Amino acid sequence: MVPKIMKQGTLTPWFYLAAAIIIMFVFIVYPTINTVILSLKDKTGTHSAAVDCTPGEPCWGMFENYRYALTNQDMLQALRNNALWILLTVPGTVGAGLMFAVLTDRVRYEKLAKTIVFLPMAISFVGASIIWRFVYYLEAGGGPQIGVLNAIITALGGQPIAWLTNKSWIVNNISLWVVWIWLWAGFCMTILSAALRGVPTELLEAARVDGATEWQVFWRIMFPIILPTITVVATTMTINVLKVFDIVFVMTNGLNGTEVIANRMFKFIVTNQGRSMAIAVLLIILTIPIMIINVRRFREQEMIR
Amino acid sequence: MASVTYEHVTKRFGDVIAVNDFDIKIEDKEFLVLLGPSGCGKTTTLRLLAGLEEITEGNIYIGDRLVNDVPPKDRDIAMVFQSYALYPHMSVYDNMAFGLKLRKTPKSEIDRRVREAAQMLGIEQLLDRKPKQLSGGQRQRVAVGRAIVREPQVFLMDEPLSNLDAKLRVQARAELSKLHHRLGTTFIYVTHDQTEAMTMGTRIALLKDGILQQFDTPQRLYDYPVNVFVAGFIGSPSMNFFDVTLTGTKEEMYIDGGTFRLKVPADKARVYGDYLGKRVIFGIRPEDIYDPELVAPGITQGRIKATVEVTELMGNEVFLYLETGGKSFIARVDPRTRARVGMEIEAVLNMDNIHLFDTQTELAIR
Repeated sequence: MVPKIMKQGTLTPWFYLAAAIIIMFVFIVYPTINTVILSLKDKTGTHSAAVDCTPGEPCWGMFENYRYALTNQDMLQALRNNALWILLTVPGTVGAGLMFAVLTDRVRYEKLAKTIVFLPMAISFVGASIIWRFVYYLEAGGGPQIGVLNAIITALGGQPIAWLTNKSWIVNNISLWVVWIWLWAGFCMTILSAALRGVPTELLEAARVDGATEWQVFWRIMFPIILPTITVVATTMTINVLKVFDIVFVMTNGLNGTEVIANRMFKFIVTNQGRSMAIAVLLIILTIPIMIINVRRFREQEMIR
Repeated sequence: MASVTYEHVTKRFGDVIAVNDFDIKIEDKEFLVLLGPSGCGKTTTLRLLAGLEEITEGNIYIGDRLVNDVPPKDRDIAMVFQSYALYPHMSVYDNMAFGLKLRKTPKSEIDRRVREAAQMLGIEQLLDRKPKQLSGGQRQRVAVGRAIVREPQVFLMDEPLSNLDAKLRVQARAELSKLHHRLGTTFIYVTHDQTEAMTMGTRIALLKDGILQQFDTPQRLYDYPVNVFVAGFIGSPSMNFFDVTLTGTKEEMYIDGGTFRLKVPADKARVYGDYLGKRVIFGIRPEDIYDPELVAPGITQGRIKATVEVTELMGNEVFLYLETGGKSFIARVDPRTRARVGMEIEAVLNMDNIHLFDTQTELAIR
């Protein structure tokens, strides 16, 4: 005898879903709605954002915080930097991960090699940032260079470089991207390595017998077969990098041309709640299309299986 | 088109010897079958020729060319894999054209060859499909098609029919034989299925534990097996074996199995002379045992009293599971037999087709 509650009906499924729905509502739906509402309010969240308008200057009324988020110089810099982060670190992490996956597959100490590449993932981002601050350290007072990079450069007779406080904003950003790739390449490698393992050996052998060189075997057979996985990894990395915060906050705090959206948001979290919330909403809106692509690809992949 | 020569080829994986001193010459245009139970080294033997495994010792020649250190892509061979190994992201057309594209064959030539092969195999209407949209039989044809378009010197096939259902397998078997005649190329075919080997092969190399047991035509393998293993492996149901003693004299020799005594035909008795008074293994095929009421004419008869334990009706024939002196054996008799379970019958043996093997070496006595 099946208990009454186990029987299929219109109400019973909701009963089982209730716990999840309540938790999702309290911790995701409600805060999201509240964030949107607060983004339309002033510093303290009591009046409409319109009160922050300075007379005689452009004003978007209740969308004043969005005017800031989309037109302010610092925000534009952050948006530009985030775009560059995506353009460079996504191919960087996925490419490095793919390279490691292919190469570690062919060495004798595969496990050891993979562990070493994956190890940075085990370090907290703040910890990693502190490690890399030491690597990039510049002794400006004339003493010996204790940062590894500058120590090497001076030992070879070169001039120490300001890796994070350079006059050129692009150098500072590259220094940060390196840390990001160092952190995430292992993660990409692990997933791509599993995908490569899923390619049947017989396919590769068939291609070799068919006349393919190892290079052709990779690009014509392996790469297209794991392409769906590469896409999923790339979109996941895009979402991650859009939200980049820890590294920037710890290493440069957005100075010297390294500002990013999430860091801006954090800056205003106490001093100007409305602005902070508007930036948060902007970040969500930027993330959504990529999320959709990701979910679609995932569904397509499931359908092929 | 080319001959293939294995010259004392050995392959070791660590301490395991997968192929042990394999030494045969396969003639041009031959359909050679590498046959044996699983783990006998037949697939490894094929992979050595394909260049997918490295030879430990010995030489392999395709035609006159030593190919030991030639990579697979330069061996001018095509291979059909057990799993078909079709490229899942390519259409049937692209699967077949892949090898030609890599060789920079002109587009028009690729198109001609692919369409010709597709027509030959009856898969023209499938050219735009992806492998996932094909049935097992269709995939198998595409895999064969991919090999054909390359027009290689040697075709290698690794159990290409093992993933098909029984009915399709019979059909595909005939088609492969036809294809071999039509193309006139050397085929090397790996299987564990003795029926496939017998029906398709011009010659069969039967392997066991990496060692070549016998290399001969299917008929000779069946008629003159060199040892107990070959005798038992070829034929279905397997040959029956009895431990017996040769008694009597050189002129009047008997096979004494305790519960039965069979007179050895005079011409055979001369051959077995040295074994008189010794224990030997006596082998008789199920098809050489008859129901006493339905004996084929003109055979030299020998009789064994036996009890019927099980009967299996196959339609065109009946398998009788018989028992004598605690030893079971199978007879493949005419379906009109009136033998029933529990009955005692006097099974008639065709003494012209008996086999004797040395007890120690298990080699055939000739």
